[in-house]
Amino acid sequence: MLEAVALSCRRGERRLFQDLHLDVQPGSLLHVRGRNGSGKTTLLRTLCGLFTPETGEVRWRGKSIQSLGEDYRRELLYCGHLLGLKADLTAIENLAIASTLSSDPVRTHELWQALERLGLAGFEDLPIRMLSQGQKKRVALARLLLSHAPLWVLDEPFSALDREAVCLLEELLARHLGQGGLVILTTHQEVPLTSGRVAHLDLGY
Amino acid sequence: MALNPFKFAAPAVFYPLANRLIPWFWTLTGILLALGLYWGFFQTPDQLGGNNAQKEYYRIIFVHVPAAWMSMWLYVIMVFWAAVGLVFNTRLSFMMANAVAPTGAIFTFLALWTGAFWGRPSWGTYWDWDPRLTSELVLFFLYLGYLALHAAIDDQRRADRAAALLAIVGLVIVPVIYWSINCPDPTQCASLHQRSNLTRIEGNILFAMLTMTLAFWMYSFATSLMRLRTLILEREAEASWVQELLNPRGGR
Amino acid sequence: MWSAFWCILQRDLRLGLRRRTEVLTALAFFMIVVSLFPLGIGTERQTLQILGPGVVWVAALLASMLALERLFAADYEDGTLEQLVLTPQPLSLLVLAKVAAHWLLTGLPLVLIAPLVGMQYHLTPTQIVIMMLALGLGTPVLGLIGSIGAALTLGVRGGGILLSLLILPLYIPVLVYGAGAIEVSRIASTDAQPYLLLLAAFLLTALTLAPLAGAAALKIALE
Repeated sequence: MLEAVALSCRRGERRLFQDLHLDVQPGSLLHVRGRNGSGKTTLLRTLCGLFTPETGEVRWRGKSIQSLGEDYRRELLYCGHLLGLKADLTAIENLAIASTLSSDPVRTHELWQALERLGLAGFEDLPIRMLSQGQKKRVALARLLLSHAPLWVLDEPFSALDREAVCLLEELLARHLGQGGLVILTTHQEVPLTSGRVAHLDLGY
Repeated sequence: MALNPFKFAAPAVFYPLANRLIPWFWTLTGILLALGLYWGFFQTPDQLGGNNAQKEYYRIIFVHVPAAWMSMWLYVIMVFWAAVGLVFNTRLSFMMANAVAPTGAIFTFLALWTGAFWGRPSWGTYWDWDPRLTSELVLFFLYLGYLALHAAIDDQRRADRAAALLAIVGLVIVPVIYWSINCPDPTQCASLHQRSNLTRIEGNILFAMLTMTLAFWMYSFATSLMRLRTLILEREAEASWVQELLNPRGGR
Repeated sequence: MWSAFWCILQRDLRLGLRRRTEVLTALAFFMIVVSLFPLGIGTERQTLQILGPGVVWVAALLASMLALERLFAADYEDGTLEQLVLTPQPLSLLVLAKVAAHWLLTGLPLVLIAPLVGMQYHLTPTQIVIMMLALGLGTPVLGLIGSIGAALTLGVRGGGILLSLLILPLYIPVLVYGAGAIEVSRIASTDAQPYLLLLAAFLLTALTLAPLAGAAALKIALE
């Protein structure tokens, strides 16, 4: 469903990857691996449409994401290195804004439920800057619970999470794949999944 | 530069072409410059045509006016290549825009400088807030902004695209700026410069001025192409054809 | 679509009100610049009346410049800008919302404090009214044009200085007609009408074009 055709990207003078082809089908997870600086993040950003590749194109349901524009972004959820949370707003405010902007409005009690599920009960009304790194990450991941987007692109989703949160995230991924969703992620650990297919892509070897 | 862009859009094809053209442009620059300066100094009347009182020093016109023309033309050319680059995502177009910008900035500066030298004897001041002078100064700032933005961004591609967008925004606003400087009072307009009309200019003066303009064009082609050649080598350093060019025997 | 516009507008207003210092700095800067001029050029009533309009506008230009640097910077640093670009909303609309919030926080206070400045420079009551109108029409244009520059210089070394080099020349038309309107209204307020109409024309043009350029600039900056 998500295809990359003859993709090549470079950062400054360095060529990160060349003539890359990939095809991710519903219900499967693509695990992108590689050394630091091998272009994992750039690949993910290219797949989201944040970065324009030098050659080649990314297609969603057979159409170029450039021409799809907003229709593609409606079906996409991206969690990057930067969490995308406003430090001066509370967790609830942050999530409410994110869901309004994604044209996928959620009722307030669902926001509270999502935060509770992620073990943030009691922290909902605090400004994000008062939370620990792991807690901030959990707030960012609460978007996964609220979103109905079929395509998840996650850059290092497991970093800064404790064991309990890792289990929860794995559960979320499995459920998403079980419902026919697509996941593309980078991580340095193995992803044990209870459902869905896992493919690997090794960059920079 | 107006050759079939799709054939020569590849740096590898364009590089040898540029190499062949540069000596020709330099030769033409030399001939036209010599001719234009000779004609301007020795074959033109001592006074600027008709009942105009300006004396010998008016000969600055042969550098001043062509430089001012070039400063504007080159900005338009720069924006043209920048826009082509943004629309078609071709690397060579951005390099063209980059190569033209410094020459444009130099001509703008030259126009301001010679303008000051001309202004001193004729208006009695080096600088006056005359609309055209001020507009030329603004144009100079626009060139500086383009160059500064390009230099400040490390990522080559982002620098190209950001500077290109800035140049386009500049071109859109330039007419408004020019107009606002020209007519600070919207109900009436005034200017120190006279309205120019090419047909009313004395034949020899016109000839020298146009020869000089042509010489400046050739100079712009030559310097832009030389800069372009360097840019291509710098940016395509990885490409195999550059490697072969630099190490003809194939060994490193 | 408009719900996204209101969402960003409210978010930025709320953020601005939680971080009041950033908002107040621009205002304080404006007041200080305006108040220092008479100390430099002499406090003679007539000189001040002549220089007042120009000084007010140059100070407004600089204050707007100072505040613009932070327009997208915070969102860029914490990754919310990335998320905004990836939402299924037209990016130019979100840019417009951000500029609108920015103007309400930093531009509108300048308009409201203008009468105080007018008194400092011995402007006539008519001139003060015209000044408020001109600032009200002109400062949003500054914000709109400036947003393009703010997006282009995101995360760039020496971004602030660079921003002023890029944007200040583009402010000239607003400066010329903004100051002109105050100047000519010394005699009759009707004289200022063409100036104000021109400023309104600039505002409408900037409203339609600048968000598009700003959106394009943001996409370039995020690559």
